[in-house]
Amino acid sequence: MAESLFLSTKPLPFCPGCSHHLVVRHTAKALEQLGLKPLEVVLVTDIGCHGIVDPYFRTHTVHGLHGRSSALGAGIAAARKGGKVVVYLGDGGASIGLQHLIECARMNFPLTVLVLNNMLYGMTGGQPSSLTPCGFRTPLRPEGKLEPHYDLCRIVHSAGAEYVSRVNGTGDFSAALVEAFGIPGFSLVEVVETCTSYGLKFNPGQKTGEIAHNAGLEFGVWRNPGKSVFRLSLNTNRGSLFKESSIAVQWTAKLQNRLGILVGGSAGGRVQQAAEMLARASIASGLYATKKGTYPVTVGTGYSIAELILARQPIRYSGIEVPEVAVIVSPDGLSYSEGLLGEMKGGLLLIDEALNSPSTGAKVVTQPFVKTAGTKNAALLALLYLLKITETVPVAALLNEIKMASREGPEVASRLEKQLGQLEGKSDSNEVAKERD
Amino acid sequence: MVLIDGSRLIIESLARAGADVFVGYPITPANLLYRYAIMRFPAALSAPDEITTMQWLCGFSATGLLPVTATSFPGFALMLESINMAYMMELPVVVVLAQRLGPATGSATAGADGDLLLLRGTISGGHPLPVLAVNRLEDCWTIPPLALETAAMLRTPVVILTSKEMVMTQFSFELEKLSEVKPVNRRGCSCDDHYESYAPGDDLVPDFLPVGNSRHQVRLNASTHNRQGIIQHLSAEGLENTARLEKKITLNLSRYTRYHLDEENGADTLIVAWGNAALAAEEALERLRLRGEKVSLLLPNTLLPVPAEYPAIMSRYRRVFVVEENLSGHLRTVLFGTQGRNGVVGVNSLGKMITPEEIVAKVMGKNG
Repeated sequence: MAESLFLSTKPLPFCPGCSHHLVVRHTAKALEQLGLKPLEVVLVTDIGCHGIVDPYFRTHTVHGLHGRSSALGAGIAAARKGGKVVVYLGDGGASIGLQHLIECARMNFPLTVLVLNNMLYGMTGGQPSSLTPCGFRTPLRPEGKLEPHYDLCRIVHSAGAEYVSRVNGTGDFSAALVEAFGIPGFSLVEVVETCTSYGLKFNPGQKTGEIAHNAGLEFGVWRNPGKSVFRLSLNTNRGSLFKESSIAVQWTAKLQNRLGILVGGSAGGRVQQAAEMLARASIASGLYATKKGTYPVTVGTGYSIAELILARQPIRYSGIEVPEVAVIVSPDGLSYSEGLLGEMKGGLLLIDEALNSPSTGAKVVTQPFVKTAGTKNAALLALLYLLKITETVPVAALLNEIKMASREGPEVASRLEKQLGQLEGKSDSNEVAKERD
Repeated sequence: MVLIDGSRLIIESLARAGADVFVGYPITPANLLYRYAIMRFPAALSAPDEITTMQWLCGFSATGLLPVTATSFPGFALMLESINMAYMMELPVVVVLAQRLGPATGSATAGADGDLLLLRGTISGGHPLPVLAVNRLEDCWTIPPLALETAAMLRTPVVILTSKEMVMTQFSFELEKLSEVKPVNRRGCSCDDHYESYAPGDDLVPDFLPVGNSRHQVRLNASTHNRQGIIQHLSAEGLENTARLEKKITLNLSRYTRYHLDEENGADTLIVAWGNAALAAEEALERLRLRGEKVSLLLPNTLLPVPAEYPAIMSRYRRVFVVEENLSGHLRTVLFGTQGRNGVVGVNSLGKMITPEEIVAKVMGKNG
């Protein structure tokens, strides 16, 4: 073997006549032709016959998982400022890791993938891959592959790769490699070969080029206009996540011990935001608070449950064993919470007047929260009402949080304050509620 | 005072400790970790799936960056082979695993602590993977930098184990009490003339040079390999290297052993709790002591490998209650095996948080 800057002088480890020899030698030739030095190049391989070639390269070498070398190489390439990352992948590996190739093309990672398509999985006995042409015979499918194949080059090209080519692995395709390696972004070269051990034996007399042609796999080049190359950019001056989050104590809470509040509503009812605002208002009133949410995976429908703990002392356990107060503003919230409401031996249940009161040991107070504030603000109005009748936390503290929450906050707070006034006359439960405090 | 979730503390502390890049897919309940990392990390990428995530991270890690991801069981399951690759290649990666109720996709928005036994068996061959739990909000600040430091110094993936309750529930918290986070030490190499990718140092960890460096050739390998990183079948050198991977994790265990121990003189009862159950256990401890019970509490952060301190502590107690939010008692199995020990009792639950009163009742019931 001729002396190469990139290769050791040892004979390559492939079967006699295997086109992998040519892939390796043309790779070295093309890299030399581009003036690259071995330590400027990272070769990434994975599982398959091509993957045993690492020790023969004088480049950096990384030997990864079957089908994943293009994703691994993408990470290496994106983090480097220069040099060249070359990935070897078999047709089996390309089938396993098709997603990674599409991502490489979409993101335009700066690397070149060589797909050594010998039309079967060689190391595992010769089963067909997704690239194996229909009808091609292998040891594990001697009757011929029955299922269709796909055209990898066209898939990767349609995903946005700058340069894609398919070459016949029996000739000198080093010029195609020079061109591919010179692409600043992502390039892929599919080298069509016939496995000498399994392919030739089971498909005697068939030439590689004919097999490709009959399968509709034309040799050629497909290009897309150059686009921005993805390289990882580190910004070490990102601001702290803690800025603007400190809550100043501006009010005084009357709550002396600990209050567990369950808020039950529906998605879209701003239950979680309302509960978070009350938690913040409580902190602004000198208390400790926790707020947790429970909801199904659906975003726009179903129940939305918030659990709040307000306490004079630091809180450890953030669950509510049985709530002291429950605030229910929707059928979803009622349905989810009915069991827990049944466990309440005392305490207070605030429930929208349109809902049927459940069986509970809590004192029940009904108010037209939804009718007065609409579904989006019913939970907030109910919590304001709770503060009004229990005086655990000042109403002003929650109104302030509502004001601060968004650009529309002042208007919402003003409207809710008026609506809260409308509810006052209807309340006959002040004495009941105050028992809780 | 702030209203804060553990996700924010975890990401901020990792960023201050020197984590470079986050890659992830926003699986529930790791969504907030993903969101905050995109806001805070020097670089962040959205990946289409968790296999891609871990492969990109390993690529970044191979070049010398310190990468992080966050996921939950379904995503972790996809990462499994790639985490083994990082382990074999000796690439530092931190995985924040926010547990949720399984099996399979289970209930995405329900909490659970059900992945510990999976983590014990994550690395093929039974090699130990460092796993650090965050049990209290304060841990969300101190444990992630320790995980990053451990990953960098031992050249290994490290898992931070948490769950929905810690990363999504909001707590009032005093930021002023947080200690300073120092940037982690990155493993380097002072080699001038010669470098072998997997030649171990005194701590059994190889020095690190990034792939692509202009000084020495680097060979990384996910298959059995020798000191040079060249693939081997069953050579003595290859097997020695594979055995070293296990030894380096256990040899250096004291460097990343952390736990909270509240011992009471004269107590013969110990509560051991982690994850979702830790805060309930703390509250139960207070209630039990108010009732005159003598009880101690162990909240282990370093779950795997098991530090030698734990058996020593537990041997001092006649009764040990292991509290955890899974059915079969993962930590109990890790600590005591399937046969258990006289006086060891599990307090377990499925799909709901264990309450302080349930722990109190178990302890008061003299079940041990």
